[in-house]
Amino acid sequence: MKILYFAWMREYIGTSSEELELPAEIKNVGMLTDHLKKQSEGHAKALSNLKVVRVAVNQVYANLDTPITNDSEVAFFPPVTGG
Amino acid sequence: MTVRIQENDFNIADEVSKLTEIPKGQVPGALVTFTGIVRDIYQGHEIKSMTLEHYPGMTERELNHILDQAKSRWPLGKVTIIHRVGKLKPADNIVFVGCTSAHRDAAFEAARFIMDYLKTDAPFWKAEEKESGISWVDARESDRVSLKKWED
Repeated sequence: MKILYFAWMREYIGTSSEELELPAEIKNVGMLTDHLKKQSEGHAKALSNLKVVRVAVNQVYANLDTPITNDSEVAFFPPVTGG
Repeated sequence: MTVRIQENDFNIADEVSKLTEIPKGQVPGALVTFTGIVRDIYQGHEIKSMTLEHYPGMTERELNHILDQAKSRWPLGKVTIIHRVGKLKPADNIVFVGCTSAHRDAAFEAARFIMDYLKTDAPFWKAEEKESGISWVDARESDRVSLKKWED
């Protein structure tokens, strides 16, 4: 699966995207965030406050309960500030 | 209906011309446009530049979704949404929204609705360069409050 990070989350994690073979026991976004937090200090810092972070699955807004598969594109990003 | 994400500037007069190029018998009666511009001073600090990042693919999808919602609420003619990305300087254009309609209320309200939802849902992020360095702009609570007036 593909995971994308934007803005300060990208800076904390040190990459804008990463490929991951999704472990079979991970079924939703919440379980994925728990898994990602263990990857590095940057991941843990970026994902420390999930109330602030927004998530999209396959480019549609999602939440921690949204199901995912190994074919999903999951993006994590801060609240948006365009316009 | 036009949705464009681009690094290059846009020309407001050209966009207005395209919105008002309408076949005989279908002239809409009202055109409302909004242009967002990079400020030079914000909260007392001089802005040297502003860099906009976005999520290619999702951005277009969200903007089209907002546009569809606007079309379902008001009788609109043509609509154009343009948002710039990359490094911008004070006084540069950032965003353009133009709506035509048979009636001014629909055109005014739709333009405002599109901007309000763009601010809270379209995946763009701004980093400001000030004397003290570059920092990510925080989302504003007032932008979320602006959405309340559109809730049924």
